[in-house]
Amino acid sequence: MDQMYLAIVFLPLLGFLIVGLFGNSLGAKASEYITSGFLVISAVLSWVAFFQVALGDTEAFTVPVLRFIDSGALQADWALRIDTLTVVMLVVVNTVSSLVHIYSIGYMHHDPHRPRFFAYLSLFTFAMLMLVTSNNLVQMFFGWEGVGLASYLLIGFWYQKPSANAAAIKAFVVNRVGDFGFALGIFGVFVLFGSINFDTIFANAATYLPAAAAHGTDAAAQGADAAVAHGDTVLNFLGYHLDKAAAMTVVCLLLFMGAMGKSAQVPLHTWLPDAMEGPTPVSALIHAATMVTAGVFMLARLSPLFELSHSALTVVTFIGALTAFFAATVGLVQNDIKRVIAYSTCSQLGYMFVALGVGAYGAAIFHLFTHAFFKALLFLGSGSVIHAMSDEQDMRKMGGIRKLIPTTYWMMVIGTLALTGVGIPATIIGTAGFFSKDAIIESAFVGHNAVAGLAFALLVVAACFTSFYSWRLIFMTFHGKPRASHDVMHHVHESPPVMLVPLFILAIGALFAGVVFHDYFIGEAYAEFWKKALFTLESNHILHDMHGVPMWVKLSPFVAMLLGLLVSWHFYIRNPQAPVRLAARHHGLYQFLLNKWYFDELYDFLFVRAAKRLGYFLWKKGDGVVIDGLGPDGISAGVIDVTDRVVKLQTGYLYHYAFAMLIGVAALATWMMLGGSF
Amino acid sequence: MIDWPILSTVTFLPLVGALLILFITDEGENARRNIRAVALFTTVFTFIVSLWIWIGFDNSTPNFQFVEKFDFLGSIASYHMGVDGISMLFVILTTFLMPLCILASWESIDKRVKEYMIAFLLLETLMIGVFCALDIVLFYVFFEAGLIPMFIIIGVWGGKRRVYASFKFFLYTLLGSVLMLLAVMAMYWQAGTTDIPTLLTHDFPANMQTWLWLAFFASFAVKMPMWPVHTWLPDAHVEAPTAGSVILAGILLKMGGYGFLRFSLPMFPLASEYFAPFVFTLSVVAIIYTSLVALMQEDIKKLIAYSSVAHMGYVTMGIFAMNQEGVQGAIFQMLSHGLVSGALFLCVGVIYDRLHTREISAYGGLVNIMPKYAVAFLIFTMANVGLPGTSGFIGEFLTLLGVFKVNTWVALFATTGVILSAAYALWLYRRVVLGALTKDSLKGMLDLSLREKLVIYPLVVLTIFYGVYPAPVFDATAASVKNLVDQVSISIQAAPQAAPAPAAEAPAAAH
Repeated sequence: MDQMYLAIVFLPLLGFLIVGLFGNSLGAKASEYITSGFLVISAVLSWVAFFQVALGDTEAFTVPVLRFIDSGALQADWALRIDTLTVVMLVVVNTVSSLVHIYSIGYMHHDPHRPRFFAYLSLFTFAMLMLVTSNNLVQMFFGWEGVGLASYLLIGFWYQKPSANAAAIKAFVVNRVGDFGFALGIFGVFVLFGSINFDTIFANAATYLPAAAAHGTDAAAQGADAAVAHGDTVLNFLGYHLDKAAAMTVVCLLLFMGAMGKSAQVPLHTWLPDAMEGPTPVSALIHAATMVTAGVFMLARLSPLFELSHSALTVVTFIGALTAFFAATVGLVQNDIKRVIAYSTCSQLGYMFVALGVGAYGAAIFHLFTHAFFKALLFLGSGSVIHAMSDEQDMRKMGGIRKLIPTTYWMMVIGTLALTGVGIPATIIGTAGFFSKDAIIESAFVGHNAVAGLAFALLVVAACFTSFYSWRLIFMTFHGKPRASHDVMHHVHESPPVMLVPLFILAIGALFAGVVFHDYFIGEAYAEFWKKALFTLESNHILHDMHGVPMWVKLSPFVAMLLGLLVSWHFYIRNPQAPVRLAARHHGLYQFLLNKWYFDELYDFLFVRAAKRLGYFLWKKGDGVVIDGLGPDGISAGVIDVTDRVVKLQTGYLYHYAFAMLIGVAALATWMMLGGSF
Repeated sequence: MIDWPILSTVTFLPLVGALLILFITDEGENARRNIRAVALFTTVFTFIVSLWIWIGFDNSTPNFQFVEKFDFLGSIASYHMGVDGISMLFVILTTFLMPLCILASWESIDKRVKEYMIAFLLLETLMIGVFCALDIVLFYVFFEAGLIPMFIIIGVWGGKRRVYASFKFFLYTLLGSVLMLLAVMAMYWQAGTTDIPTLLTHDFPANMQTWLWLAFFASFAVKMPMWPVHTWLPDAHVEAPTAGSVILAGILLKMGGYGFLRFSLPMFPLASEYFAPFVFTLSVVAIIYTSLVALMQEDIKKLIAYSSVAHMGYVTMGIFAMNQEGVQGAIFQMLSHGLVSGALFLCVGVIYDRLHTREISAYGGLVNIMPKYAVAFLIFTMANVGLPGTSGFIGEFLTLLGVFKVNTWVALFATTGVILSAAYALWLYRRVVLGALTKDSLKGMLDLSLREKLVIYPLVVLTIFYGVYPAPVFDATAASVKNLVDQVSISIQAAPQAAPAPAAEAPAAAH
């Protein structure tokens, strides 16, 4: 049993090591088969684990691996924590990863560096598995930064492209900004609980606050806050003496900062669209299905902490809703097929954070689960399009290829149906997104924090936008008249089976993951399914409440979706001149959206250029003029004069300094003798 | 336990090698090869012997082990050697890095090979001596004498501005040392002994501690180096030959941190407590300031030198957190930095040997022709950035954790270092290694040679090994550090609450 979990996690590492070290001698074919083979085994075992732990009645347990850090009160070992949350993530990560490995055999066919590519993919998978199986915060941080490294390597895979290198650094550094908060959060947890092991933290967290009511009505929450407001100081943070409740809020917000970086939430989202510089399978695996959901996973894993801070969850809701809305608006006008999907990912991650923020952890993970299927499908499908269009990514140069690559077309349509959440309201007929996304919108409606109402409104609007840009993508890419050159159109071809079969499997998930699993993740079987993996306070009734929302709430995402589809159809099928006119009429707004609300320009001015200027100033003025000028240069200049003359007389410096040393020792010895005689 | 004087053996073995080399003539290629071979053999042999120290080391006791003692300089000072958990691993680090340095100088040094090797072997003896000495006079002699071979190495085999650099190095460190010498004298005056274990148990009066602390601080702060007395380091690194940089960054800088742990903390606990905010301030300034400066460097070695200053900021911060996590983290950070910065300088040496320039702008796209080099450089870059899974992470994380318990402001500012280090290190890597290979001067460059692999691969292995399994280091240091931390906190609690005089003259400890 233990061996199975060790195999799931360490087979990808083994694949990485074999191919990483010997890939060039093994050759590309062998490298592909070894890494993909190991991943398929891992994926199959993950499903076995899923049936045993999530659907079966195996209790949560821990697989010890190796000692790690042991210093003072800090004890962290390498270990695998196996519970329902873990196995859900194992299934998501390994399924998508193995399919992406297989797909890449076809997609990367012409690339000379295939062994390196597959080694990186396996390295990423290993780091992600370490993250989701972590038993303590340090191991989570290891996986967290490990996936960051793999992401850096894969975004910059085509290292000759300056834009790819820039994007890789941007991804790493922006993530580091988030990790800055994450690290401080870990320190805070350590101070509060004296441990960074989940078992200890969670056991203590349960009784940490006296009857906290994070999810009661606002009044109740404030009452609870007031009750503990004058508690003893447990954390002295930046001069503030924080009692237990306040300390918990601060720690949770710091940890959430890490999640914002990894999961591309406003304002740390800027790296994700640029990350599309990497090969498309990478975008599917890392920047859609798995790595970017690490933040969502982290909050779900730490639900015993976040449940204790109503304020932190309110912030989570707000950031999530803002991101969902912001990214959807930007997605409306992008022309690069991958960037549209990237902003869509950003937006959907916002949905997940809203669910977390209102305490519907199950709904967040459910959307994570279904999103992995349909977003990977959309990315791999767009990869198939790019492949067919001779590496063209600009949708303005596509169109009219529906008949030429019909399989890809239908796969993309399935992905879009799932993303936009097509289904019949109030029934259980619908695609995956219909279940998970609508569940989040409903949970926002019944959420109790101050911004839940706003979040609900923003999410419904975002759902409309989602539908618009998704269908816009389909219409611009596949319908209408061909806008590509004759040459490109001549070469348009359907992808080989090795690329299409992974699409089929993902399409099955995109269509049926919702209807099959909704009962477990958010429905009747919630308790047996999750067991104790997700923690909710007794006052948290969100799951119950969200099933009882009024009909108009259930209908609202459906109407929004329909509206988006109709407008998109009008703009890109019926009257293609309409969007051009609209853009011309609202030029300012169009530019604002096209330039992504000018975040990049702002950051470049505020941070990048400022840091460079400051660095240059400190170097030339601080070190050069002030420190050296006042200090050693004056003195040494004088000495150099003297030695220059000495150099002219003698060949070496040895005698000179041996002499100086001798004087020193002599002085010491003399003093010792004298001192001794006292 | 081992019943032969292993510490003296390890300390003076290199000197034996140096004597042997003294008798080889320095004429012709053959002779030079012999000299190199003797030096290599000596250092490898020393390393192997030194491993017995670790193998025979008893992790469970904080006491000094392998102790040797006999009188010297009359009855005042004695020849007293021994190691504990704080010093033992630095001895191993020294003996480990030396053979790599000799190998790294194999081809790049072709003038005055004999003197060069003698200087290095002499330096090794003195460095090991620093970490083993249990008499403060003996320590001082080793500590100061070590300056001379390093000064010579920079001054003779250095680059264009070697005279300027070597004098800056010498003056700075000597100035600090003079004050330390005065403090040593005062301590003898007060305690009547120069024996370190005895001094460790001696209670110095509070107001004397302040002065002694400042005097030692002057020496160690320059050695670390701490901001604002760091400017000698970039110049020294830039001008030093590759192996000189490795030793400078790998070992010599660690003497400052070791000194804080051996003298400042345990002997002057009240002053250490009093000055901790001051040290925190300097550490935080160092981390942020030098990281920003590193960002803008145009010379590869200078960039790494500035990043060293930033990393040493974590060390001083961790030491003065004065808790188990902080101090063990600081020791780990020093050991890790010894491997990683040494390795980075070796990596610079590899390309410097080929192109004879350290200008970042002269490079670009090396990954196309030097893939093995690119991988090794990447791993060390990541270790420098403190990526978990490399040794660089453990020390950084623990020092930050340790200081967070004491002062969150310090932790907050110091943690920004993880962002800045990523920026400057990855930008360097991008400009040197990534991109298309367009410069003609680079096109003929060869990937790592067998000799270079021998130098760099062991460092790759250790960097990752200690990142994943740091337990051996923590096991070795735990008992001694616990003892140190406990003693310090007992002294602080026992003391009256009044701040040690002369408070008025203490530097403004900005909080």
